[in-house]
Amino acid sequence: MYNFDVEMPTTIADAVAALGREEAQPLSGGQTLIPTLKARLAAPSVLVSLHGIPEMKGVCKNDAGQVCIGGATTHATVAADAAADYPALASLAARIGDPAVRNRGTIGGSIANNDPSACYPAGVLASGATIVTNSREIAADDYFQGMFDTALEEGEIVTEVKFPVPEAAHYEKHLQPASRFPLVAVFVAKFADGVRVAVTGASENGVFRWTEAEEALSANFSADAVAGLKADGSEMISDLHGSGTYRAHLVGVMTKRAVAAMG
Amino acid sequence: MPKDHGIGASSKRREDVRFLTGEGNYTDDINVNGQAHVFFLRSDIAHGTLNSVDTSAAEGMPGVVKVFTGADFEAVGSVPCGWQVTDKHGEPMQEPRHPVLAHGKVRHVGEPIAAVVAETLEQARDAAEAIVVDITDLPAVVDMKEAVKADAPKVHDDLTSNLCYDWGFVEENKGAVDAAFEEAAHVTTLELVNNRLVANPMEPRVAVGDYARGTGDHTLYTTSQNPHVIRLLMGAFVLGIPEHKLRVVAPDVGGGFGTKIFHYQEEAFVTFAAKACNRAVKWTSSRSEAFMSDAHGRDHVTKIELALDKDNNFTALRTDTYANMGAYLSTFAPSVPTWLHGTLMAGNYKTPLIYVNVKAVFTNTVPVDAYRGAGRPEATYQLERLIDKCAHELKVDPIKLRRQNFVMEFPYATPVAVEYDTGDYVATMDKLEEMADIAGFQKRREASEAKGKLRGFGVNCYIEACGIAPSNLVGQLGARAGLFESCTVRVNATGGLVVMTGSHSHGQGHETSFSQVVADMIGIPEEMVEIVHGDTANTPMGMGTYGSRSLAVGGSAMVRATEKIIAKATKIASHLLEASESDVELKDGAFTVAGTDKSVAWGDVTLAAYVPHNYPLEEIEPGLEETAFYDPSNFTYPSGAYACEVELDPETGQVTVERFSAADDFGNIVNPMIVTGQVHGGLAQGIGQALLENCAYDSDGQLLSASYMDYAMPRASDLPFYDVDHSCQTPCTHNPLGVKGCGEAGAIGSPAAVVNAVLDAMRSGGKDVEHIDMPVSPNRVWEAMNG
Repeated sequence: MYNFDVEMPTTIADAVAALGREEAQPLSGGQTLIPTLKARLAAPSVLVSLHGIPEMKGVCKNDAGQVCIGGATTHATVAADAAADYPALASLAARIGDPAVRNRGTIGGSIANNDPSACYPAGVLASGATIVTNSREIAADDYFQGMFDTALEEGEIVTEVKFPVPEAAHYEKHLQPASRFPLVAVFVAKFADGVRVAVTGASENGVFRWTEAEEALSANFSADAVAGLKADGSEMISDLHGSGTYRAHLVGVMTKRAVAAMG
Repeated sequence: MPKDHGIGASSKRREDVRFLTGEGNYTDDINVNGQAHVFFLRSDIAHGTLNSVDTSAAEGMPGVVKVFTGADFEAVGSVPCGWQVTDKHGEPMQEPRHPVLAHGKVRHVGEPIAAVVAETLEQARDAAEAIVVDITDLPAVVDMKEAVKADAPKVHDDLTSNLCYDWGFVEENKGAVDAAFEEAAHVTTLELVNNRLVANPMEPRVAVGDYARGTGDHTLYTTSQNPHVIRLLMGAFVLGIPEHKLRVVAPDVGGGFGTKIFHYQEEAFVTFAAKACNRAVKWTSSRSEAFMSDAHGRDHVTKIELALDKDNNFTALRTDTYANMGAYLSTFAPSVPTWLHGTLMAGNYKTPLIYVNVKAVFTNTVPVDAYRGAGRPEATYQLERLIDKCAHELKVDPIKLRRQNFVMEFPYATPVAVEYDTGDYVATMDKLEEMADIAGFQKRREASEAKGKLRGFGVNCYIEACGIAPSNLVGQLGARAGLFESCTVRVNATGGLVVMTGSHSHGQGHETSFSQVVADMIGIPEEMVEIVHGDTANTPMGMGTYGSRSLAVGGSAMVRATEKIIAKATKIASHLLEASESDVELKDGAFTVAGTDKSVAWGDVTLAAYVPHNYPLEEIEPGLEETAFYDPSNFTYPSGAYACEVELDPETGQVTVERFSAADDFGNIVNPMIVTGQVHGGLAQGIGQALLENCAYDSDGQLLSASYMDYAMPRASDLPFYDVDHSCQTPCTHNPLGVKGCGEAGAIGSPAAVVNAVLDAMRSGGKDVEHIDMPVSPNRVWEAMNG
C-alpha cells in the first residue's frame, strides 16, 4: 500500500472534521478498504478510523421499538446483541464472511460500500430501516442508489441504522462458492402493513426490492404465493459463477424458501 | 494387533511438532544479512509486442539498487524444458525459448517484464510503477482448437504454428484400433473437458539468491520439491554455474502438489541478481502473483470412444485430446499428456487395442504442468466417465460392466507399453461395495427425496503408474534426466543415524516414515534416526519428490544403503564376537551369534567403527557410512475403487457430497496414518476439481479466477467424513519394500466418482443428462436439468 496518515477520532464531530482533510477516507472495519489499499488500487492521503468512537457502537432499542445499531458495530456484536430483538437480522450478521470478518467488519462500512453482493443492504432495505448520518436521516428506499453507490455525500458517515422490527423475517442465502458472498440472497420482512422483499447479489444495480413478490405476499403470505413468480433477468449479474437467468431463478427460490422458513 | 513402532506402525509425525508450534523453517523465514528485495513488474495483457521498457525514472527512485529488463538476460540461457516428446511423424516437439524476463513479446498475463531490486519491497513496488512499458497489443489465443487453426495468431513467431506436437500412441496400433471400431457391436463416445486448476499450496513460492564474492559461491534458497533438479537445470542450462559453486536449499516447504517441481525464472533471477548486485536478493510471491505465475494443472479437451463386442467386452479404445501447454514449456509439461497419460489409458481393464492421440498446444496463458496426479487423473476421468456412460447406454450395472472387463492376471502387459506387476481389482471393488453400503442406498435416496432432494451414487476405478521411474525407459521416451533416487546413511559413533536422502518432504511426513523403515531394519528406536533432506550441500544427488515416488524409489535407495551398513556392521560384530560372519545376525538392535547367548549391542559395534582399537583394519575400513543409488526396474501400479454419494438440490443445482468411500491397494504400508492423511488430501483436491475449482480465462487471455474471490478452494464444510481403507495389499514385486505410493491416488480416483454420482442423481429426477463438465457448479447443474 501507499503511505498515508491515520487519524483516530473519538467523537463523531472529530471524525467529520478529520474527513475534511484533502483526500481523506473513512476507515471502518476495513474488510474492503484494506485489501484495496494492499493492492494499491486506492491512495488516500489520510485514513480516518471510525473504530474508536463509542457513540457509534452497540445495539439498543429505542422508544419507538426500533433496533438501533451504531455504524461502527461489528457483525459479531450484532449477531450476539440483536438476537433477542431482531433474530433474522442477527442471523444475517452471523452468516457474513468468517469469524475474522465478523469481528472487524461493521454495518456502517458495509452499507456505505454497498457492494452488490453484500448481505447487509438486503436486511436494511427489506426492513425499511433508517440510515442515520452525521448530518441527516435517510430512508433505506432512498439510500441505495446502485452498485457501490449510495445517497451519502462526500465526508458523510453512517453513524447509526434504525430498524423497525417486523412481525417475522428471514434471510435466505445461496453462496457464491469461492468468495461465499451471496450469489443471490433474499431478505423477507413481514410487517403489519405489508411485506418487503429485498434481493442482493443478483442485480447489476445492486440491492433491490422485488415488488411483484411483495404484492403477492402482502395479499397471501405463503410460499405458494411466490411459487409461480419469475424475477426479471434482464439486468441480472452474469459471471463465472452464475448466469443472469440462473440468478433470476434463484431470486424466486430464495424468496420462496425464506417465506417457508417463516412458517 | 497394530504395531507401535517400525514398519506398519502409525507413528506420530515428528515434523508436526515444529510445524504446529511455529518453529518451522520455511524459505520466507530465511533472511540473509544485507538482503535486498525484488518486485517483478508483470504483464497485464496476454499477448503483445514489447516495443520498449524505459527504466530511467525507476532507477532514480529511493532505495533502488538496480532495475533489470529482458535485455539483461540476452546472454543467459533459456529456462529449460526437461522432456522432449517425439511426435507421430518421428519429429521432435516444437520448443520455444523461455526467457527469464520477457524480451520482444509478452505471452501471458503475469509474465515478468522487468524486475526492481530495492532496499525494501515497498520501494521496489514504488519504482516498478515508474517503469514505462510500451506494448502493442496482439490478438490473444486462448482456445486450443482455435489456436491450431492455420490463421491463428502465433504465440511464438519463430515456431511454425501453435502446435507443440501431435503425438500418436501407439501409432502402429492405429489401423487395428480403427478396424475394431468398424466391427464393434456397440460404440460409446464422450466429449469432455478436464478443467484447468491452480495448485494453491498453502505456502506461496519464495526464492532467495545469495552470492559470496570472496569464493564465488552461489546459494539459492527456494520452495522446491527437488533442489538437486533445480541446481542442475538452472546451473547447467540457464546461468552456467557448475554444481560445485551452486548450493540449492529447499528447507521446510509448505505443500507442493507438483507446482514446486519446476524451475521457475524467479529462481534464476534472484541467483543472477545476487551476483550482479553483490547483495542477497529475496522474492516472496504474493497470492495474486501465484495465480498468474505458478504453473497450472490439467486443461485437456478430449473426445474418447469405446468399442464393445456383443457380450459387452471392451474391444478397443480411441482418444483424441488437446492439451494446453500455456505460453511456454514448463519443466515437465510435455510429458504430462503423453507418457503420464497415454500409458494409463488401459486403466483397470483388459481392452486389447488402444490408440491415444494428443495435440499439445501453445496459448497465451500461464504454462501448464504436473499437478497432483499429472496426466493420470486426466486418463482416469475420461475413461471412467466413458464407462459409466456406456453402462447407461447398454442398460447394465456400471460396477458389473467394470468387473467384467477387469484385468485378472498379473503381470499384465497393456497395449500402451506398460506392464502392471501386481493388483487385485476384484478385491478393491469387493471392499468398496462393502464400505459404500450399496444395499442401504435406496433407503438413503428415499430419505433425500422426502426432503425434496435427489441422491446419486457413482463409482470410479483407477490405476496409476507411480514410483517414477526407470531411467533407461524414460530416457527413450524423451526425459532429459534420470529418475533414480539416492541415499547416504551415516552412522555416528554412539549408534544414532543420519539418513541423507535425495527425496524431499513438503508435507508427506518422510521424516517419520523413512525413520520407521531404517529403525525397523536395525531394530532400534525411531528416535535414533534423523532424516536430512532438501539441501544439495548435504544430500547425495537425487531427483526429489513427485509422482508418488519417494518411498518406492527414495525409500528403496535408503533400504539399499542401510543393507550396506548392516553388512559392514555385521563384519565388525563378527570380529568383536570372534565368530564367523555367517553365524552373526542382527535382531532388535543387537548382533548375536546364532544358537548362543553371545551378543554385542548395536552401539558397541558403531563405536568400534570409529574407535577401531579392536578392529579388523586389514579387512575393512573404519567408519560406518554408505551411499546407495536406486533406479527402479518398473513403475509401481497402485490401484483402487472409489464410490461417491451426492445429494442434489434440484431447485438450486447445489450438489453436496454425502459419503465418499475409498478402497486402495498401495502394496505394503509403512505408516497407515500418514497414508490415510495422503488419501484425505488427495480426495479434497479431487472433489475440489469436480465441484469447485475452475481456472478460467476470457477470450482476451485475462485470468477471470485470479483470486480466492473467484477461485473456489474446497473448504472443510464442502467435504464429508471419508471412509478410507487400504487393507487390500498386493505388494510391488520389484522394490525391496513392496510399496507402491499413495500421494496422488485420492486426486486421481475421485473426480469421475463425483460426476458419475451427480448424473445418477439427475437421472433419478427424470433428467437423463449425458455429461456435465467440471466443476459441477450449481449453475451448470441447474442448466443441465432445465435445459
